[in-house]
Amino acid sequence: MSVADNVFKSLADPTRRALFERLSRGGEHTVHALTAGSDVSQPAVSKHLGVLKQAGLVHDRRQGRETHYSARPQGLKPLINWMNHYGVFWRERFDRLEDLLNRMDQ
Amino acid sequence: MSEPTTETLSVIVEREIAFPPEKIWRALTQPHLIEEWLMKNDFKPVVGHRFNLRADPQPGWNGVVDCEVLVVEPNKTLSYTWSSGEADLAIKSVVTLSLMPKGAGTLLRMEQTGFRPDQKQNYQGAKYGWQHFIGKLEQILARTD
Repeated sequence: MSVADNVFKSLADPTRRALFERLSRGGEHTVHALTAGSDVSQPAVSKHLGVLKQAGLVHDRRQGRETHYSARPQGLKPLINWMNHYGVFWRERFDRLEDLLNRMDQ
Repeated sequence: MSEPTTETLSVIVEREIAFPPEKIWRALTQPHLIEEWLMKNDFKPVVGHRFNLRADPQPGWNGVVDCEVLVVEPNKTLSYTWSSGEADLAIKSVVTLSLMPKGAGTLLRMEQTGFRPDQKQNYQGAKYGWQHFIGKLEQILARTD
C-alpha cells in the first residue's frame, strides 16, 4: 500500500481518529495513558497506534518498558494534498461568501 | 503538451453568483467582510501591502497565512501571495480571484498556483506524483465496501 492509502485507511476509523486527535493536542503519551482516556482495551489501543505509525501519523519512542507516542502532523500531507487538489478549502469558503452576500445590503 | 509536474500546485474553483461584481468586490476587499467568509485579516487593497490571514491553529498548521497584495483591479481582479504552513506542510502560492459579469450575476473564479518548497525532495519522480496519487485514490474508492 502507498503512503496515501495508509493515511486514508488509518483515519477512516473513528477510534484511530480519536487517538490521533488526542496526540495532536500535544506532547507524548504512553499506551497506558491513551488507554485510560478511551473505551477500548490496551491491546486494541496498541494495535491502532501501530496502524497510525505505519501511516506516518504518529512517532514512537521506547523508554524502558514504556513506549511513548506523539503526533506527526506532517503525516497528514497526502490528505491535505488531496483536499487542495479538489479545491475543498475554497469551495467551502465560497459557500460562506455566498451566504455573506445574501446578508449584505445592496 | 506538458505533463503536470509534481512540483506544481494549481487549483481552480469557479462559482456563478447571483450578485454584480461590485458587491462581490466589497466582500473580497473589506477586512470585516473578508473575515466573515475567509479569515481574520489586516488586508488593504493596496499593491505591495503585506498582511496575514488568521484561522484557528490546527494540527500541523499554526493558522497563519502570510500574504502580499500583487494585483488590485477594482471589480475585476484581486491577487495576493499565499504562504502558509511549516516544514513538510509548507506551501507558497499565488491566489488570484477574478470577477466576470455573467448575465445578471458574476462568475467568480479562484486560481491558486504555486509549489511546495519541499515537494521536489520528498515527492520526486512519479512515485508520489499527482497521477500516482489520484490513481491510488481511485483504487481505494473502488475497494471501499
